[in-house]
Amino acid sequence: MIELRDVRKAFNQGQHNEYWALSGISLAIEAKQVTALRGPSGSGKTTLLTLIGCLARPTSGRVTLHGRDISGLPERFLTEIRRKTFGFVFQQFNLIKGLSAIENVMLPAYPTGRPHQELKRNAEALLEQLQLGHRRDARAEWLSGGEQQRVAIARALINDPEVLIADEPTANLDTALAKEFMAILESFGAEGRTVILTSHDPLVTESAVVARLVDMRDGKLVKS
Amino acid sequence: MNSWIERQRHLIDFTLASLLRRKGRNLGLLTVYTLLVFVLASAMLYTHALRREATTILEGAPEIVLQRLVAGRHDLIPPGYVERIGRMRGVQEIRGRLWGYYYDSVVKANYTFMVPADGSVARGTIVVGPALARQRGLDPNTGISFRSYSGELFSFSVAAVLPQSSELASADLILINEDDFRAFFAYPSGHTTDIALSVANPAEVRNIAIKLSKLLPDSRPILREEMQRTYASLFDWREGIMLALLSASILAFAILAWEKASGLSADEKREIGILKAIGWETGDVIRMKLWEGGLISLTAFLLGFVGAYIHVFKFGAPLFAPVLKGWAVLYPHFTLMPVVDGLQLATLFFFTVFPYMAAVLVPIWRAAVTDPDAVMRS
Amino acid sequence: MIFQPAIIALLLASAVSVAMLAAAAPFAIQIIRHWDIASGSERQLQLERRTYLFSTLAVFVMATQLAAVLLFVFNADKMSEMFVGAMCAVGTLNVNGYGFPALIAQMTVFFLAAGWLAVNQVDARAPDYPLVRIKYAALLVLLPAVATVLWLQLEYFLNLRADVITSCCGSLFSEDTKGLTGDMAAMSPVPAMIGFYVALAIAFATASFHAQTRRGGYWVAATSIAAFVAGVMGIIAFVSLYIYEHPHHHCPFCILKPEYDWRGYWLYVPLFAATACGIGAGAVQPFRNIESLKSVIPQVSARLATIAATGFLLFAVIATVFVARSNLVLIELG
Repeated sequence: MIELRDVRKAFNQGQHNEYWALSGISLAIEAKQVTALRGPSGSGKTTLLTLIGCLARPTSGRVTLHGRDISGLPERFLTEIRRKTFGFVFQQFNLIKGLSAIENVMLPAYPTGRPHQELKRNAEALLEQLQLGHRRDARAEWLSGGEQQRVAIARALINDPEVLIADEPTANLDTALAKEFMAILESFGAEGRTVILTSHDPLVTESAVVARLVDMRDGKLVKS
Repeated sequence: MNSWIERQRHLIDFTLASLLRRKGRNLGLLTVYTLLVFVLASAMLYTHALRREATTILEGAPEIVLQRLVAGRHDLIPPGYVERIGRMRGVQEIRGRLWGYYYDSVVKANYTFMVPADGSVARGTIVVGPALARQRGLDPNTGISFRSYSGELFSFSVAAVLPQSSELASADLILINEDDFRAFFAYPSGHTTDIALSVANPAEVRNIAIKLSKLLPDSRPILREEMQRTYASLFDWREGIMLALLSASILAFAILAWEKASGLSADEKREIGILKAIGWETGDVIRMKLWEGGLISLTAFLLGFVGAYIHVFKFGAPLFAPVLKGWAVLYPHFTLMPVVDGLQLATLFFFTVFPYMAAVLVPIWRAAVTDPDAVMRS
Repeated sequence: MIFQPAIIALLLASAVSVAMLAAAAPFAIQIIRHWDIASGSERQLQLERRTYLFSTLAVFVMATQLAAVLLFVFNADKMSEMFVGAMCAVGTLNVNGYGFPALIAQMTVFFLAAGWLAVNQVDARAPDYPLVRIKYAALLVLLPAVATVLWLQLEYFLNLRADVITSCCGSLFSEDTKGLTGDMAAMSPVPAMIGFYVALAIAFATASFHAQTRRGGYWVAATSIAAFVAGVMGIIAFVSLYIYEHPHHHCPFCILKPEYDWRGYWLYVPLFAATACGIGAGAVQPFRNIESLKSVIPQVSARLATIAATGFLLFAVIATVFVARSNLVLIELG
């Protein structure tokens, strides 16, 4: 469903510290399966993830989603596509402090103008599903690491996206919590959700849920 | 349409929550903002109320007052002048007026003694203005003595106290019988202070004034509308000077607003980054920030304005009265009639909310264009 | 010059508007020169980000101009007591030759900004931003227009001297005055009413037709402007008379005063909103054949035309209600 053709991405272009994070990547990602990007830090896997997830535009090359070229789209339209298609779980979870768990879950839907009541019911259901119903009114900073991640997952799902994107999902979790995450991931795999994640944690990359493993190094794919 | 409203509602919800979360930070700005509105609103409300008082006084004044000049100075009108004017087209009434000032060394204030046209005050009695009554503790049927300029002591009994409707007009007024007046001031008999003419048609006033100055070349007609204009420009000018002086503070405030809006804390930057990453568009962040500015402005404007209203109309504007009133000594104590004027509100809005919004636009935009992928790169 | 808070506020507002647009101008030129939507280069990303700033600035300038028009009229009305013979805003605006031009220029800027915003709105809905260059060239045109407003206001206020004998609305809009304004007032009520209702009906019909069939977009703008002129003329020629209940008081400003229950706002708000939307619907028409805008423009202009039609209808109904409920009789009915 997502195709990248000779995608390159530069930072600080034209300046003395110009740096190419990605240099010529071609890749096709299938729907309804879990894909993992593996590589050491600095290999460009997170940058690749931002391009796939419409968080950023490639400096050159083409990205297509369902056959539609999205690489030249301005941010306004990219955001719209991103909101509908992708849900994000970040490495640091990135919950907003001071807001309750349920408010954090509802945040991505605010710009869509969905009716408040409906939105709230939806968020409650998601928290319930992730066994967090009892923590709905707890502030983000009072939640444990595992709870924070589950809130972040609920938040990623609030707009009912086709694709779930997770950046180093187990990096900030101990083994027990990482296993809990893997259980959630497995349930997504069983539901036939499309999941794309980056990781260098063998617990993730060597798991049976991961249908496809893409290896990266120095901004390039490693042929396996 | 509905989803638009719903979206704004969500944005306001979020904004309110985030303002409350950063109370300390926003409180400082809000205080300065409120203070600015308060100062400007006090100055404006106060001058406007004074202007209103002046207009009220002048509304009761005759259309034309004729003064005689000797060597360019105001002098008494000798007998026979009223007759010399005689009947004039368009003039409804001509009469000589008697009035004068008296300095009361007890309270160190000036009073205006005046003989009412209808001769309604009996000999030996006076009618006093409310401020004076308050100050000297006068009630109807109490007595008071004044030492005249010749050194003689005169006693009067107070027949009544004037109503308080417009204090500035009558605060220091004493109405007195004509014979008492002439005796008290040793005023030559037959002379009057000036001549008042009432004219029904405002279009005629100028023509009559021209005729009068031809007929009595040694005298000067003063038109009511000219007085009104003079007062109006005087107050506008005072208000304008006050604002010019305060414009430095408006500028300082705008700079502060700019600083505050650009100096986002690391926390806020991160928050905007998260919002962008989870699907908020630049436009959404700008709208959210504009709501924030709007809510702060509205709160500061309301607080500052209500504060100024109380300051001016309940307490008599103790902070500005000496600068703006100009004749404070004469009126030791008076309350202004509360008046709020649409134009003033609009002007005040332009002086406070407009600079604030103009100052925060660029910083808001700068914060809003954070890269959506920034949170993943850190 | 008369030193007065409202005058300072107006000059401040215009000066800030000019300064903002002037500061934006170099960036607008950059956009015109370097815009390349297909590129993913960092410069292009920066330019795209700037567009957000400019649309926000344009909205701000437009809102400021609208508020300033009101303040300008308000202030003119209040200052009338300072000029011999001036009894309302008209007298004050006539103190020198810059008063009315300043007011008209301000309204023009408001309508120009409305057109710009309509173009901006459709452009922002096409993924390839096809109108970017045109838009920013137009923004550069808006700058001299706003600067002209500032200049006219400065000339007007600097040349104000109290005590100049001026005409008030009684003489400017009374029957024996020569010139356009006099002609408006001298129109006998029946033809004035016919012109008023016909122009509004045509504007309403054209806008409704466009909203339904999406055809005749340019006509929406043309008839809206005509209806605006006819609306203002109608207010001067007869609506104001009914509001004042005085057969010779033809003033388009006094109806804004509290003495007349602010009825002027009921008339002017729908009239201005309708005209702005009508102009907006016309302003986007030249671009309706651009590939990426083919579906966007008819949708947006139909919506604008709907608002315009509603506004004109509302204006006509409100004016009719004011006339019908008045105690003044200008036309003897059967």
